[in-house]
Amino acid sequence: MTTASDQPLISFQHLTMEFHQHRVLQDISFDIARGQTITIIGESGCGKTVLLKLMIGLLYPSSGRVTFDGHNLSELPDRELTQQRLRFGFLFQNAALFDSMNVYDNVAFGLREQRRMSEGDIRDIVRKRLQEVGLPANAESKKPAELSGGMRKRVGLARALALNPEVMLYDEPTTGLDPIMTDVINELILQVRQRNPVTSIVVTHEMKTVFKVADRVVMLHPLSRLNPGDSQILYDGPPDSLKTAPDPRVQQFVEGQARERMLEMTANPA
Amino acid sequence: MAMAGPNTPGPIVSLGAVAVSAMTLLGDFAIFSLQTLGWMIRRRPAPGTILPNFYLVGVRSVPVVAITGMFIGMVMAVQMFNVFNKMGMATRLGSMINITVVRELGPVLAATMLAGRIGSAMAAELATMRVTEQIDALSCLGAHPYHYLVVPRLLACGLLIPLLTVMADFMGIMGGAFICTRLYGVEAHFYWAHSESYVSMWDVAMGVIKAFFFGCSIALISCHRGLNGQPGAEGVGRSATEAFVASFVVILVLDFFLAIFLLTVHDRFILHGIGRSFF
Repeated sequence: MTTASDQPLISFQHLTMEFHQHRVLQDISFDIARGQTITIIGESGCGKTVLLKLMIGLLYPSSGRVTFDGHNLSELPDRELTQQRLRFGFLFQNAALFDSMNVYDNVAFGLREQRRMSEGDIRDIVRKRLQEVGLPANAESKKPAELSGGMRKRVGLARALALNPEVMLYDEPTTGLDPIMTDVINELILQVRQRNPVTSIVVTHEMKTVFKVADRVVMLHPLSRLNPGDSQILYDGPPDSLKTAPDPRVQQFVEGQARERMLEMTANPA
Repeated sequence: MAMAGPNTPGPIVSLGAVAVSAMTLLGDFAIFSLQTLGWMIRRRPAPGTILPNFYLVGVRSVPVVAITGMFIGMVMAVQMFNVFNKMGMATRLGSMINITVVRELGPVLAATMLAGRIGSAMAAELATMRVTEQIDALSCLGAHPYHYLVVPRLLACGLLIPLLTVMADFMGIMGGAFICTRLYGVEAHFYWAHSESYVSMWDVAMGVIKAFFFGCSIALISCHRGLNGQPGAEGVGRSATEAFVASFVVILVLDFFLAIFLLTVHDRFILHGIGRSFF
């Protein structure tokens, strides 16, 4: 007999996504188990971020199903969808901090929006979360425009963690950061997993992040360069086997080599 | 002779595409407006969202609306004095200026000014929030963008633009009176006596009712354009421009229909009916 915990937490079934007749994802099917840390990699424009936004119901698929804990997100009414979304934490690519609010108010936003806690309790949680991501107390009153890229990401992480999510979504968490700050963010992703039993989905280009945090890697390929009939998922497996994957496109991405892409792009600039 | 290629759509097809796109936009706007009204009724506005919007729409607009109103009255006085003076009716200028200001020019020009000042700013702000994924972040943190962003702006514009219109009316009346009585030497007693006999409370109410609809239109159009903004700096700029142009056109169209409607209401119900004693 299968129990709720045996069921995949997130499931994509024959998912296709189009924007104004431009297809980005085609027939994507895979499951994500509870507690897993999965990284989604692939070239720019292959639909990684779109996949992340489909998981939380910010976008709806053109066809196919996305289910979260047994709920088909496309069929949920607004109120129920909001409740399910609160089980997620989302670290956006550029942190997406609210410009008009300071750091404290950004982190407190989700807690205040629930209207269930006293301001004292909210203060305790905000300070704890900011401490966990290594931000000093004097950063609380700063506006997002006054913060460095690394600090913005850490505030974004503190804000995403404030509601104690079951699933953490990271959209290119280390893009644009220096190597040390990249490693800081990687460590924070690991710490989040150690502190709480969260399922993490990390969209990234950074192979160091993949090898450091992932239990499982899914690699997507841009549809525009896919041969007819081929699956858009080029690789689905543990990070250790990436380097020995039989598909040369996987090798090429892992090693970060242009090879014939340079010729292709010069011959067909579109 | 140049001929259309096999893949080039003909004029009928292009016209059809434009019509479909316009209807889609209109339908989308109608759904957006109804959902916003639904949120306004269903849940009180989020804490901390009302005051900043009221301050931005109300307090920050006072100088520009005051100056606009005052100069409307002053310009009308300058333009009309010679004509009225030649007919020996200079003392009746007050009735002409004041009725034009409170019924039409006050509400329409104040709303146009506010569409440029507030509407464009709202559209640009929301479009920037969309581009930088702040709207998505709101949704992820349990806030609905319509409830959190649109409802407070709608309340601010719907409630404060009528009040700003009253101020524009007052400044227009005072500006007109200043030019007529101080610059052209019209007898103040007769100027105000004629004004009082021709301008009723209903004329002021007409302007305020119009301003309420103008305010709601500015907020809804600007927020809709902002939330549907295209990516990039160009997209943000386009949202701001579209918000102003659409608001301006809607203000003029609404003004026409509201004028007919309110005059009919006046003739049918107030002149001979229940509101006679008040208006």
